[in-house]
Amino acid sequence: MSMAAFFDMGGYAAFIWPAYGLAAIVMIGLALQSVADFRTQRKLARELEAGKAARPRAPARNANPEV
Amino acid sequence: MAGMSELTASQRFQAFANPARFMALSDRLLPFCVVVTALLLAAGLYLSLFDSPADYQQGETVRIMYIHVPSAWLAMFGYMVMAGSSAVALVFRHPLADIAAKSAAPIGAAFTFLALVTGSLWGRPMWGTWWVWDARLTSMLILFFLYLGYMALWATIEEPVRAGRAAAVLALVGSINVPIIHYSVVWWNTLHQPASVFRIGGPAIATSMLMPLLIMALGFTLFFVTLLLLRMRTEILRRRVRVLRLARTGR
Repeated sequence: MSMAAFFDMGGYAAFIWPAYGLAAIVMIGLALQSVADFRTQRKLARELEAGKAARPRAPARNANPEV
Repeated sequence: MAGMSELTASQRFQAFANPARFMALSDRLLPFCVVVTALLLAAGLYLSLFDSPADYQQGETVRIMYIHVPSAWLAMFGYMVMAGSSAVALVFRHPLADIAAKSAAPIGAAFTFLALVTGSLWGRPMWGTWWVWDARLTSMLILFFLYLGYMALWATIEEPVRAGRAAAVLALVGSINVPIIHYSVVWWNTLHQPASVFRIGGPAIATSMLMPLLIMALGFTLFFVTLLLLRMRTEILRRRVRVLRLARTGR
């Protein structure tokens, strides 16, 4: 089978390739978005946890400076 | 004041007792899931594009089946995961169930979208139309809107416990649509072909086409599981960030 015949898909190239292409875009896109979101939340959680450990009880005192 | 902080501390302990175990387990499981997903999808793509015959009636367009059918299965499977987890979350107040339901929604919605569009791309050459308002296609479109409504509900209500409860009720009410989708091709006249794999009497499909379909379906399922685990981890972290921020602002 030649390359051209393969890509022609028996004359149905206009339907088959968009179907596979869209599936690839949607699945890869969702995977990348999921990884990016995970990294963002992990970074935020680490920063907040590090901040809490570095300044114990500091937020509580700052919250009521008059007392 | 002291009583309240004690309450939130014990609530927090309860909420994170199981998620902590989940974080440790999923961390070890995820790399394995990624590798198996990649292998299955690569094998599935090879079989469906290179190593399977054209159909005697449908010609090469039968290759659309290898992504359309797994997408449609996962669209319904995703909804069942979402509705099942919602039921567990409502009845047992299990925090992981709530997180699983929320995390399954975007993945299920993506597969519903793919099932609809690849079906349309298959329908045009085989039925002569992109779309018909028959029971199968319409109930599948309703499934897509149910997913979107569920996600919108989560996005609108800021407090996770209240958002989760409202969204769980919507997921459970909408689950009536799943058997309707499955039996739509039996109950109503349609252009859509009836079930040819999960049917009484076994699959009515040649092995040369069944193999790529099953490998692809397994690959899609592992893809779903992998992303579900990852998104659940993200959601646990998001809630931890929220709690830490609330503690910091002194509320």
